[in-house]
Amino acid sequence: MGGDRHPVDAVMLARRAASFTRRSIKSDSKQSGLRLAISMLDLTTLEGADSPELVRALCQRAIHPCPVSLDMPVPPVAAVCVYPKLVPVVRESLLGTGVLTASVATSFPSGQSPLDARLAETEAAIAAGADEIDMVISRGAFLSGRFDEVAAEVRAVQDICGQTHLKVILETGELATPDNIRRCADLVIEAASRERDLADGALFVKTSTGKISPAATMPSVLLLLEAVRDHFRGTGVRVGVKPAGGIRKSKAALHMLVMVRETLGQDWLTPKLFRIGASSLLDDLVRQLLWTSRGHYAAMHDVAVT
Amino acid sequence: MMGQSGDTAVAVPSEGWNYSPAPERTRPEIDSEYGLFIGGEFQAPQSDRTFNTINPATGQRLSRISEASEEDVDAAMAAARVAGPKWARMKGRERGKYLFRLARRVQECARELAVLETMDGGKPIKESRDVDLPLVAQHFFYHAGWADKLQWAFGGRDVKPRGVCGQIIPWNFPLLMAAWKLAPALACGNTVVLKPAETTSLTALHLAKLMQEIDLPPGVVNIVTGAGDTGRMVASHPAVKKVAFTGSTEVGRRIMEELAPREVPLTLELGGKSANIVFADAAIEQAIEGVVSGIWFNQGHVCCAGSRLLVEESILEPFVAALRDRMAQLRVGDPLDKNTDIGAINSSEQLDRIRALVTAGQEEGAILHDVQSTPLPEQGFWFPPCFFTGVQPAHVVAREEIFGPVLAVMSFRTPEEAIRRANTTPYGLAAGIWTDKGSKIFEIASRMDAGVVWCNTYNQFDAASPFGGVKESGFGREGGLQGLRAYVR
Repeated sequence: MGGDRHPVDAVMLARRAASFTRRSIKSDSKQSGLRLAISMLDLTTLEGADSPELVRALCQRAIHPCPVSLDMPVPPVAAVCVYPKLVPVVRESLLGTGVLTASVATSFPSGQSPLDARLAETEAAIAAGADEIDMVISRGAFLSGRFDEVAAEVRAVQDICGQTHLKVILETGELATPDNIRRCADLVIEAASRERDLADGALFVKTSTGKISPAATMPSVLLLLEAVRDHFRGTGVRVGVKPAGGIRKSKAALHMLVMVRETLGQDWLTPKLFRIGASSLLDDLVRQLLWTSRGHYAAMHDVAVT
Repeated sequence: MMGQSGDTAVAVPSEGWNYSPAPERTRPEIDSEYGLFIGGEFQAPQSDRTFNTINPATGQRLSRISEASEEDVDAAMAAARVAGPKWARMKGRERGKYLFRLARRVQECARELAVLETMDGGKPIKESRDVDLPLVAQHFFYHAGWADKLQWAFGGRDVKPRGVCGQIIPWNFPLLMAAWKLAPALACGNTVVLKPAETTSLTALHLAKLMQEIDLPPGVVNIVTGAGDTGRMVASHPAVKKVAFTGSTEVGRRIMEELAPREVPLTLELGGKSANIVFADAAIEQAIEGVVSGIWFNQGHVCCAGSRLLVEESILEPFVAALRDRMAQLRVGDPLDKNTDIGAINSSEQLDRIRALVTAGQEEGAILHDVQSTPLPEQGFWFPPCFFTGVQPAHVVAREEIFGPVLAVMSFRTPEEAIRRANTTPYGLAAGIWTDKGSKIFEIASRMDAGVVWCNTYNQFDAASPFGGVKESGFGREGGLQGLRAYVR
């Protein structure tokens, strides 16, 4: 692992992260922020009980997030994210819609399988039609200091992905300290770009699987944004960021957008470079949008039809 | 791959995602004219003279304030003297009740007071709401708790109040400075004649209204408004038994001269030119935040502002580049907008002073960095956040207190050089140290000639933590146990 170390002070990090939540996002900026957040969603379902029927319903919501038509149309979400087995269902449901098919792989969520098996799973997901792969790293390897092993597995998955976009899940909740999170983000970005020309948005760093708490906290996301910004300053390459897990309310999503805007700038405010991984967040985003046009909150059965 | 969201709907306008105006809509009631608060009542000044108080963000008049003459100050002193014995005799727990009541009333009126502070002084509502007002309430709560425990504060000694205290406060944190001064004085059983700064009298006068509401005995607190002359009358009045002043070193020196022949204890909290020292091994991202908070908090109108930045030479270039990027994110404008980071300069005099010092800095050859892209409002007093590089320690921008959003950046190679440069100033209010190495923190902190040293943070205040300076930044402490000492005998 190369590059400079970037020590992090947890107290001031938390203070900075909290400062973004003090921004007041109202009227037009709220309207467009909600739409922007919807367009950046990786609508996700990662349950053992996921059925093709449920996933098809989810895909319909991905294409038409808002059940009623508003003056200003509501964009579709960025992608639908599922386990590899359900990729064909998603692929078929989303055909021709522009919404992408994303698949977790590499023994999500723990990554505790032999590398061969994890690579084979990735291959299968791509063969089934995944446009994007969300991989997990071996947190055990990172925490025990075997950084080269983490770098090697990222590069191995990347080799299989080819043109398929790759999101690397750090599982920040298990990395535990801000120093670790920052170091891990640097490690992944450096490994993925060593001797390779990364296209903008071909690589994402992602906070969490959603199976571990804490997940996408403001400070942990800020650390990823800063790692990405420093990489951009050094290379001019734009790596994407995806917070996932625990973002359930519109307000939290808007805080994320504020943080992206003030850390990475407007360039990153696109689904090509910023995603939010969530399942229930869409309900609240749509309810908030309806509220701004109707003046009252919609009932849950009005917005959620999965 | 492309157009995943673009075909059916555009999520963001082409100019990007920007924040809509988010004005604070609460409007406090502002009287057209304010009298002097003497003996529990608002009274017209005997001089019949008044002056305007304006909103520095618009230049518009908010109200008229009375100018206290010699007779008025005499009357205020007399009221404080009359109220003194009973207030001093009162059991500590009873005095504490008044302070608790005042603290709660401040919390209840926090929104109105924050807006008033912002309108009268120009500071962003975000700061008056999230910093000033919570600290004001905290100071009253904290000192309310001391009122019945004074005998334990001073090692079993049965302490007595000093009597009438003359207190003169500045315009940068008007209500907070009033709280810093009033709370310990009242907790210890003193009575007070307070003189707010002439550009920012409104919140102190509204605090007086809250004192009426909680039935604070008449004369315990008296507020005389006016400019420097009124301040001089308060500080030099024969009835005062203790003087506390926060403001410029120049005025502090004059007060000290005035009081030299008399046995009146004095505490002074004066100017500063505090150093923020960033070592190469620091958490850089957080150090940037500390530098930002150090110099651009409250438009740089902060006596402990980290107005000199000392950066280890090996990281100077990337640090300055990152600081520049960060500075570009600061939103300058309407102080009542909740998203404003930097508000208006407090007065046209202060704006002139900042401009003159910045011009002097440029003439001496320092390089000005100023990335403010949005135009500043046409009305009112504004100065964009900026910093100088290529600054020599002898330059005026490295020596003189600017009291504005202007930072002087210098570098150092060794810790010894950092310590020497940081201490080479007549002032000694605060210092900031940024390093990831614990041993270095202790070593450097112990060698700073400064009353307050912040390590890996900056501008942290707490009622329980003493604040004050050394050298020409003054003497005496405010807050904490140490802050009580000045108010007892």
